[in-house]
Amino acid sequence: MAEQTLDETSQASQTAQADLAAQAAPAAGRIPTVIADDVHIVYRVNGGPRGRGSATAALSRILRRKNAPGMREVHAVRGVTFMAYRGESIGLIGSNGSGKSTLLKAVAGLLPTERGKVYTDGQPSLLGVNAALMNDLTGERNVILGGLAMGMSREQIRERYEGIVDFSGINEKGDFITLPMRTYSSGMAARLRFSIAAAKDHDVLMIDEALATGDRKFQKRSEARIRELRKDAGTVFLVSHNNKSIRDTCDRVLWLEKGELLMDGPTDEVIKAYEKETGK
Amino acid sequence: MSTVSETTHNSAVASAPPSPDDGLAPAELAAKYGLSVSGARVSLPEYVRQMWGRRHFILAFSQAKLTAQYSQAKLGQLWQVATPLLNAAVYFFIFGLLLKSNRNMAHDMYIPFLVTGVFVFTFTQNSAMAGVRAISGNLGLVRALHFPRASLPISFSLQQLQQLLFSMIVLVIVLVGFGHYPSLAWLLILPVLALQFVFNTGLSLIMARLGAKTPDLAQLLPFLLRTWMYASGVMYPLATTLERAGASGWISDAMLGNPAAVYMDLMRYALIDNYGQEYLPPHVWALALGWAVVFGVGGFVYFWKAEEQYGRG
Repeated sequence: MAEQTLDETSQASQTAQADLAAQAAPAAGRIPTVIADDVHIVYRVNGGPRGRGSATAALSRILRRKNAPGMREVHAVRGVTFMAYRGESIGLIGSNGSGKSTLLKAVAGLLPTERGKVYTDGQPSLLGVNAALMNDLTGERNVILGGLAMGMSREQIRERYEGIVDFSGINEKGDFITLPMRTYSSGMAARLRFSIAAAKDHDVLMIDEALATGDRKFQKRSEARIRELRKDAGTVFLVSHNNKSIRDTCDRVLWLEKGELLMDGPTDEVIKAYEKETGK
Repeated sequence: MSTVSETTHNSAVASAPPSPDDGLAPAELAAKYGLSVSGARVSLPEYVRQMWGRRHFILAFSQAKLTAQYSQAKLGQLWQVATPLLNAAVYFFIFGLLLKSNRNMAHDMYIPFLVTGVFVFTFTQNSAMAGVRAISGNLGLVRALHFPRASLPISFSLQQLQQLLFSMIVLVIVLVGFGHYPSLAWLLILPVLALQFVFNTGLSLIMARLGAKTPDLAQLLPFLLRTWMYASGVMYPLATTLERAGASGWISDAMLGNPAAVYMDLMRYALIDNYGQEYLPPHVWALALGWAVVFGVGGFVYFWKAEEQYGRG
């Protein structure tokens, strides 16, 4: 399935242009899973540096403009349009702050769009449960808590518990899973987090630089797991600054810069252009 | 918008085999393949169904929060009981010994009266405080995972309920210590707790929506809550004090009928032997039920109405 898509996209690449969403063209038999239609996302930030933030300044701002005291707007994504299809694996590249993660969050329905719409098949999920886990709890309880937070049932978690712990390799150096997570090294904690997050099956899966965690051995294992997830999932999105891991896992790449879609095409082509641009 | 999709289709025809989907606008294409708008608010019945699906998460999250609270302390979970005990001791020292605000109540009645009041009010107070930070303090979670957002405030008030159950252990010790032995009337605490929990959850949901929009509320709320505490008769019998002060009818009714006073007085009525009907306002059970239903249902609907906006900015 993936190879087939690759062929199609490389054929298309001959005519693909920088700003065209050429791959988004619906070919016969391709089923779209995510449609982003002119998506704009604006963050509103409280307490920007305007007016130095002194108490009297804040008061006068409130008195003068009741609506938004000290509010600043950050236009993070500006009119991005693309379509993703079943069986595709799409990389997102771009410099820091170019809106990659923000776009993914909008696709997941976690950030509301300012203008435009995102249509999805089922519930896309971001790979990551970091926020649901608590450092003061044991690894064991965090596995259960993280699983529940992702919407797994108690039975599903019970079935996969062993698998999660084994995959993380936390217990390789003794019985660490029954210790609080704050006692883990940062690498161990990252491995456990990835293992929990990767335990669930997803229709549309989004991975935000998750591959960069853990030691060499674990990275290999997690890449394999991502490929496995990709097989089951309809569509995979991957945000990474590691061009190699994008090349290894993706067959199509979106290049975002300053919130705009600069390029959308087959991996090799876009990465080459990106590397040229960044002078690598 | 339309120009973007046109260019897309023009180039597509050149490179890919023609497909019946060409020329469809994104919205039409989405409709054709049954895609739905990401992050849209679901209907209320569907929302309730989702909440039910997340019940295990809600419970596990509240228990995890409760456990995490004291996990660094040497005495560990013993603090669950020691904290309310110390709290009661402080209030007793100040209001029982220094200020003598017991208003002709005998010691063996005043101390259980005071401790019950403090615990019951703390339950509501902490639920409101946890509610106001439920969304604004957990933005990371809200922005990372998908779940009905009402899970958070409900989970936090559930955490407070479990905290209260620990406090009840202290309360039983105090009650028995001052000669109030368990009786059938003690069973009344079950409906009272249930109603107060529903009220607190509703309050917490309302606070969560307000706090998500205006985080400043977290700074203001402690003062409001403290005023509420002093006005609800936590440290003194409200009914007799109002009578003695000669408060006019509606002021006295409003103060006696406020939810915190209602739940406190019902709890005292259930637990303390000679705390009889004369301390309760008329229609007290109807009030207790009414507050629970109005806040419980109203708070849930109010929270749901902004569901798709949580997590922004």
